[in-house]
Amino acid sequence: MARKLKQLYLVQRPPIKSENPKLAYTHAMASQTAEIYLEDGEEVIPTLAMVGDGVYNVVNNQQLMKHYGLNSNENHVQMALLIDLKVLVCKEDLEARGISADRLADGSALGADMTIEVVPFSEIQKEMEATDQILCF
Amino acid sequence: MGKLTIGVFSSLVGGTTLDFSIRLAKAAKDKGHDVYVWTSGNGTMLSKTGQRAFKDYSYLAKICEELAAKGVEFVACEACAEARGYHKEDTFSVFKRHSMDWYLAKCCQSDKILHIGGE
Repeated sequence: MARKLKQLYLVQRPPIKSENPKLAYTHAMASQTAEIYLEDGEEVIPTLAMVGDGVYNVVNNQQLMKHYGLNSNENHVQMALLIDLKVLVCKEDLEARGISADRLADGSALGADMTIEVVPFSEIQKEMEATDQILCF
Repeated sequence: MGKLTIGVFSSLVGGTTLDFSIRLAKAAKDKGHDVYVWTSGNGTMLSKTGQRAFKDYSYLAKICEELAAKGVEFVACEACAEARGYHKEDTFSVFKRHSMDWYLAKCCQSDKILHIGGE
């Protein structure tokens, strides 16, 4: 049966300390190639939402490559934007951590048309209610 | 009967989340459901061959073999396994290896998905 599946990747963990946020990005981006396993009419539509300490994943100017030779989650969010994934960030959790919107990752240098959407938690809650599946990372 | 996919990201050693996940898979299979198990992140530890049974550590190889014989499909994230040095030749015989798109497709095609997070 044809099915368009909406998934919400809810990221609560900070980068570096946990592998989980990276796995959220890589799993969400795998939606681009999932069609090789899907039947005609089936589609996976992921949305990423950063809440709690998860908002640290989208801070710009991360230096993980410089210090550890590793891709930062900033790189992953840029790639997610490049492939037109919706990325939501909780406004209240940014404010609680003193992170202003101008400090967030930007995918435009890679040619992304999408930008990170800073939204109140009530909007993320609506997304949670509207989605078919919520995957917590 | 339904189709159930369990995605589990927790390690074999260090907690009992993976133990719980596999016992959940057994309970679902025993009820007659089709069950798929996706391991990613530290969960790929379960896909490593040569696990030995000690009483101080979780040991799930035997139950996985029994479940595979009943039709439960076990798949490990190839990239997560390779990153940990678990190569194709190191893979436990009941496991297949795929990329993450396999899991997303199973999420789409299953009646229920239980996503059990990692450390």
